[in-house]
This record gives sequence, C-alpha cells and structure tokens, in this order.
Amino acid sequence: MSPRGRAATGAAVAGVAAGWLAFAILVWIYGDSPREVAGQLLAGTWGTAYGVGQVLYKATPLLLTGVAVNLALRAGLFNIGAEGQLAVAGLAVGAAGAALPLATPAWIALPAVIAAAPVAGAVWACVPALLRARFGAHEVISTIMMNRIADAAVGLALACGLAIPGTVRTPDVVRGARLPRLEALGLPSLHGSAVSLALPLALVVAALVGGWLARSRIGRETTLVGLSPTACAAERIPVARRIGVALVLSGAIAGLASLAPVLGSKGYYESGMGAGAGFGGIAVALLGRGSLTGLVLAALLFGTLEQGGLVINARVPMEVMSLLQAVIIVAVALADGRIRGALQRGAWA
Amino acid sequence: MTFLAALLGVTLLAQTLRMSVPYVCAALGGVWSERSGVVNIALEGILLAGGLAGVVVHVATGSAWAGVGAGALAGAALGALHALVVRGGVDAIVSGIAINLAAAGGTRFVLRALYASSSNSPPVEGFRSVQLGGAGGGALLERTLVDPLTVATALLVGASVWTLHRTRFGLRVRACGEDPGAAASVGVDVRRVRLRAVSLGGAICGLGGVALAYDQHQFQSGMSGGRGFIALAAVILSGWRPARAAAACLAFAALDAVQILVQDQAHAASGYLAQMLPYVATLVALWAIARRRGGGAIAGRPPAALGKPME
Repeated sequence: MSPRGRAATGAAVAGVAAGWLAFAILVWIYGDSPREVAGQLLAGTWGTAYGVGQVLYKATPLLLTGVAVNLALRAGLFNIGAEGQLAVAGLAVGAAGAALPLATPAWIALPAVIAAAPVAGAVWACVPALLRARFGAHEVISTIMMNRIADAAVGLALACGLAIPGTVRTPDVVRGARLPRLEALGLPSLHGSAVSLALPLALVVAALVGGWLARSRIGRETTLVGLSPTACAAERIPVARRIGVALVLSGAIAGLASLAPVLGSKGYYESGMGAGAGFGGIAVALLGRGSLTGLVLAALLFGTLEQGGLVINARVPMEVMSLLQAVIIVAVALADGRIRGALQRGAWA
Repeated sequence: MTFLAALLGVTLLAQTLRMSVPYVCAALGGVWSERSGVVNIALEGILLAGGLAGVVVHVATGSAWAGVGAGALAGAALGALHALVVRGGVDAIVSGIAINLAAAGGTRFVLRALYASSSNSPPVEGFRSVQLGGAGGGALLERTLVDPLTVATALLVGASVWTLHRTRFGLRVRACGEDPGAAASVGVDVRRVRLRAVSLGGAICGLGGVALAYDQHQFQSGMSGGRGFIALAAVILSGWRPARAAAACLAFAALDAVQILVQDQAHAASGYLAQMLPYVATLVALWAIARRRGGGAIAGRPPAALGKPME
C-alpha cells in the first residue's frame, strides 16, 4: 500500500475506533448497556433486508454530497455550501416535477426533472465560485452565507406560490418523473425501504467524477491546482478557471443529492428535506480521503449511523449519532495530521 | 398618530436592544478568536451550548447568576476545545463544523437525558425578578435597560475595544493574528495567547446563549437559529473590529425587531427578504474586501495570519 493509502486507512480506522468508543461512553452515561444498544443498532440496520435498504437509502445523498465536497477539496476548495445547493436543487426538482403535464411519459419527464437538480445546484455554487475565481474571496464564508440565503430563498419561493397553499411542500411530481424503487426492479426483498434508482445513479456519478479527476486533462489539472496553484500558474494552467469550474461542478453534484429523497422516496419537495446531508458530505469526504472505495464506505458508515439512530431512538436519543459524527470528523482529521507527520519524519530520517 | 409613532419608536428601540444581546456577544466572541488568527465558525454551536448550560444550572440551583457562570464556562470550554483541536493540526473549519454538529446533537441529547424532551427545557425565571411592571414600549425599554445581561454586554463591548487596543494581552492577540512568526520571535507564546483569546471569545459567546435562553425563559433545541452565522457576518462586515461588529449586530437586531412589529400586516415574503439581508450584505462586503485587497475597503481587512497554522 502506498504511504498515502496507508495514512488514509490509518486515519479512517482511528476515526471509526474513536466513534465506537464515544458511542459506548455516551450510551453508558445515558444509563443503558452499550453492548445491547450496539447489538440492536446492528440488527436494525444490517440485520434485515429492510434495514439494509434503508441504510442504502440514507447513504445515497451522503455519497453524492461526499463526492461533491471531495471534488472541491481536490481543487483546494472547501465547499461548505452543499447544504444550500441541495436545498435549492430539491426545490427545483419538486417544482419542475409538479409543473409537467400529468401524462408526460417517463422518458421525457425523468431526464427533464433530473436535469433540474444539477442546474440548480450549479447556479447556487456560481456566486461563491465567481467570488473566489475572479476576486479571490474565500469560499468558506461565501458558501456559509449562501446556505443561509438558500434557507430564506426556499422559504420565499414556497410562500410565493410553489407550495400547496397553507403548507411548505410542493404538489406531487407527475408519475413519470418518479424514480422507481429497487423493490420494484427485481429486488422484492427490499420491500418497504425507500432505496431507489437514485443509488445506482449516485454510484455512476461517483465513478464518472473519479474517472474525470484521474484521467481527463482538465480533471488532472484541477487536482494539480489543488496541490500547488503557483506552480500551475507558472505552467500556464488557467488556475482561476479550474477553481471556478470545480466549485460549480461540486454544486451540481451536491444538487443531484436531492434526487433520492424528492424523486425516489417522497415524490414532492418539502422545506427541510435532505437537510444535514450537506454537512454529512463533509464528513464523508474527510473520511473517504479521495478514493472512490473510501467515499462509498464512508457514505455507508454514515448512512448506517443515520438509520441506526432511528432504530435505537426508543432507548437512546438518536442525537447521539450527530455527536458520533463530530467525534469521527475530529478524530480522522487529528489522526491524519499525526500519521502524515510521522510518515514525513520517517522519510526525512 | 405622532403618539403611535413615538410608541412604535420606543418599542422598536427596546426590541432592538433586547434582540441584539446574543448577536453582540457572539460577534465579540468571533472578533476575539479571529483577531488571534483562529477562524471560528463554531459560534452557532457555542451559543447553543452556553444557553443550555445556563438553563441546566439555573434549573438545578435556582440561581440565575449561577446559570450565567455556567454558560460562560461552557462557552470557554468549547472555545478552548476548538483552539486545542486546531493546535493539533486540524483545519479550523473542520473543527468548527464538528463543534456545531456536536452542539446541535449534544444539546438535544442532554435535554432528553435530563428533562425527557428533545425540544425544550422546563421554564426558568431568568432575571425576571428585576422585571418592572407595566406593558408597552416604555416598560419594555426599562426592563431591557436594567437587564443584567444587556448591561454586561454593553460593558463587554467597551472592555473588548479597550483590552484589544490598550493592553499588553490585546497587543499580543493582535500580533498573533497578524504575524505569529514575528510574535514568537519576540518571545510571545503564540499557542497560549491563541488558546486564551479563543476561550475568552467562547465565554462571551456562551453568555450570549444564556441571554437568548433567559429571554425566552427556557432552552429550546436549535434556538440559536443561525444567530452565530449572523454574528460571523457582522464580524466580517466590521472588518474584525469589536465596536463596529456590535453596531452591525444592532442593525441586524433592528431588522429582526421590525420583522416582529410588522409581522401581522406584511406579506410573508418581506420576512424572508429581511432574513436574507445580512447574508447578502456580507457577500457584497466579501466582494469589496477581495476586490481591493488590503486597501481601505468599506469593511477593512482580515487579520493577516487568519487561518494560518502556527509552524
């Protein structure tokens, strides 16, 4: 294994270990048996076909936001804005799906409605991208601000006619725009769980982005810009353009994360739908460390935590899971610094 | 008509002052942290943690002042944690996100563990004992002006300005934020100064959380409602200067107060537009700062070493 791979694996192991430890301590403080609750958590997630389906459903948006944050990270950017990009895209998908004529066939409706997601996400990422690429304004602050603006803008749009009057949800999308659930596509054992065609779609997107970064000229230049913008500028690589495009693409992919809940599960967009997946994507990207396998495994882990939280909620508050997420994020980041430092010292010695 | 206008004026002023307290405290926390060179997007989480700690101790001891102390301590603890994690080599943004996540989940966890409800705490008195009778704008203004936390916040603004610019500690904090290498070369312990500045900022921000919870006479989960991010916006708009940050917070609080006063008459749309305004203003300020890098932008410039680790 390469040193980089070794560091990534070591950090991930440290993160998961710290997570388990925190879980055990928190459950113990709460006055329950960590062993029993952990058993219940595993049985309710990976123990039944329905549980597996639900984990996969929760992991789908996390994988996409993880891929989105990772793409930006590779270009040296921190996209904190996936949360807002996802919300705006969800609204766009819900509104587009509801606006189509009822009889629209799936082969027209699905592509049209699906396309609304990346477009909306990309538009929302344009402001920070422009501020960063043209003026050098730091993307972290601007994406935080865009998240807050998205909250208000989605509320505004819902209040101004996109929602069913008196509610905060759009009307149902037309039948043709629904993403079929996997249970209807030859996996009847997943009956009842909301995992849909959005999952294979997410895997394809993740693979395409990975391939683009590794094999295309622009993709490789983007990662090089992330490593050393000054060296790239000296080599006449258009640094500002690569950075801008990376952030807009990241927004588009984050927008795709809204498809699983809106088209795969509920069939409409409601205020707050998909919330948390944006920040979850940051955790996935940090844990996944840029490799496709790593991102998929990290999305599965956090999907398990999310579904597991619901399973154990009757005994231990499910909020314990967001504490775990925080512990894992910090532990991975700490361990990564340590391990990388140790490897460097080894290389010098 | 003029009487109504005057009444509205006084009520508006009172509401603005009342609502500005959490904003101002969080913004001061942000200024202290960022002037020392540590980016702090954890203000939102610190507000929540401070508010909950204050209410829990208030409920347990029956003393509002004990709650104030607990809120400040909780804030300082989270600030110290942030500074230590950053010192350990973790990006300050990552640490901030983790603290916000942990605070959002952790406060609900504690609420359910202690009070068997994940949405709110039992009611607390706060500083109601000093409450003066009477309704209407004038009485509200009086109540706000004698509220210990409002007074403390006003004093803290002055104290922050003075400490940051007129004391040795303030000078060291600014030196660490501008050029940690130079500060270290003249014998300043940059790590310790940063730890202290971020903890101090956390304590002030925690007070803001207590003020928020006492004002509502209970803790509600997620009650910070983006105030930490608004405060962050105020810090940036102010050019990382405490008095101006407080002024920006007053403006944002006035926006909130107007929203409350016109709530019934106006269309919901105006509320959402007002909600966006601080953030849009911050984007414009970011653009202005970046366009005239380091020059006399409308807002001033960030500390030169903000977000740079100490080697």
